[in-house]
Amino acid sequence: MSLLSIRDVRKSFGSNLVLDDFSLEVEAGECVVLIGASGSGKSTLLRCVNLLETVDDGVIELDGTDITDPRIDTDRVRSGIGIVFQAYNLFPHLSVLDNVTLAPIRVHGVRPAVARTRALEMLDRVGLAAKATAKPDELSGGQQQRAAIARALVNSPKLMLLDEITSALDPELVGEVLDLLGDLKSEGMTMLICTHEMTFARSVADQVCFLHNGRPLEVGPPSQVLANPQQPRTQDFLRRIRL
Amino acid sequence: MSDWQPSALQQERLKYRRQRTIRSGLIAGISTVVLVALVVFGVGSTPGWPRVRATFFDFDRGWEALPVVAQGLWLNVRVMLVCAVLIVLFGLTLAIMRTLRGPIFFPLRMFAAAYTDIFRGLPLLLVIFLLGFGVPALQLRGLPNQAVIWGGAALVLTYSSYVAEVFRAGIESIHPSQRAAARSLGLSHQQTLRFVVLPQAVRRVLPPLLNDFVSLQKDSGLIAVLGVIDAIRAAQLETAEDFNFTPYVVAGLLFVALTIPLTRLTDWVARRQGWYGAGGGVV
Repeated sequence: MSLLSIRDVRKSFGSNLVLDDFSLEVEAGECVVLIGASGSGKSTLLRCVNLLETVDDGVIELDGTDITDPRIDTDRVRSGIGIVFQAYNLFPHLSVLDNVTLAPIRVHGVRPAVARTRALEMLDRVGLAAKATAKPDELSGGQQQRAAIARALVNSPKLMLLDEITSALDPELVGEVLDLLGDLKSEGMTMLICTHEMTFARSVADQVCFLHNGRPLEVGPPSQVLANPQQPRTQDFLRRIRL
Repeated sequence: MSDWQPSALQQERLKYRRQRTIRSGLIAGISTVVLVALVVFGVGSTPGWPRVRATFFDFDRGWEALPVVAQGLWLNVRVMLVCAVLIVLFGLTLAIMRTLRGPIFFPLRMFAAAYTDIFRGLPLLLVIFLLGFGVPALQLRGLPNQAVIWGGAALVLTYSSYVAEVFRAGIESIHPSQRAAARSLGLSHQQTLRFVVLPQAVRRVLPPLLNDFVSLQKDSGLIAVLGVIDAIRAAQLETAEDFNFTPYVVAGLLFVALTIPLTRLTDWVARRQGWYGAGGGVV
């Protein structure tokens, strides 16, 4: 059974139909990369999975539970999903360490001393142990994004959602973040990623999904979708971003 | 590094900048002196000036009134300190009430909205009269009837509505991406407010908040209408003896002396808040 099952999801903002009968299956341990032009619905899909948006129709199941059911405890669902945003969204008034320990202490009831130890381990993992007491605005973009990843990972999520997390970074900082994702993938983390980094998609993705007008136009392994696309629109998109 | 000497070009630039600085200082000094001289001469040459000076700016009369007025001012300071604490608490409560979600909180949201609408519109003086003269006239037992308490209550009621709006503006100014990040970590609405939104909002609204307290300091003088002997009332009593208005000027100067440190503090706090620009997320 899939860890994440998205079936016939529909979402519109006013008259703008962003997701149109969208379906996608993500197996446990799989890394699925969403590609497509701006406005094709990638970010909206991630926001729907994280319940930051309410779907207009359709079902999203996480681990067999229908999370689009309005009776569901949204805080509980969200605490099992990690999301990392394009603009990091770190809390500027808290130190890096406090950013990471906030959810464990307040949501999961971990004792502060334990949360601190675990957070420091996690920061060490993303190479930021030395910056634990710094405020987010004292860090570079790449460091902030790694801190945001640590903040999401420390809650041991079943699923990680990554929304164009390298597009606000300088090219030389992109590498450090992508390396971290590669490590996560090899540890068996299930990930749903929006990205424009095709090289990265080719190396880590199990499946690539090309979105067009709110539909998954072409889905398959990177060797197929990226190297040998069948749909004219996919071919067109890939040709344009390679220029 | 240590043996670096500015190049000839740089030395020439530094010299030029020094000259410009001196020049700017001279221009500023001369224009100030000229303006002050014009005002002094202009006011001083009006036909009524000797009379005005004797009535408003009589140094000996002012010195004589100073102790009484200063004693009145001490009451203003105490009223203002106690009220400021209550206003922050009540104002913050009102602001939070307005942000509560869920149908069960509808009455609280309604109350907070109606409250701020009404008390921001009502003139402060009217509220002071209503509470200061109206409530004791009810002759209810158990209620205090000192004018200073009801005057203070009027200040708290009115100012809380302004301060609530300042807090609410702060809460709403925190970018939605901060809420999204907090909620996606599993924090509840209340936890998000408590740990993510409010700490940032309060820092952000400190300058306008302090501005309201500078204004409160002056308005604490309005409770004089209830017969409380504060600085203004003390000055009025002094003036009543000989129709010399200098005690009012003394009271005014003392109020200014009191607000200047608070104003400087406001500026300093505002300057220190550099980190916001970066915070809050771009998208």
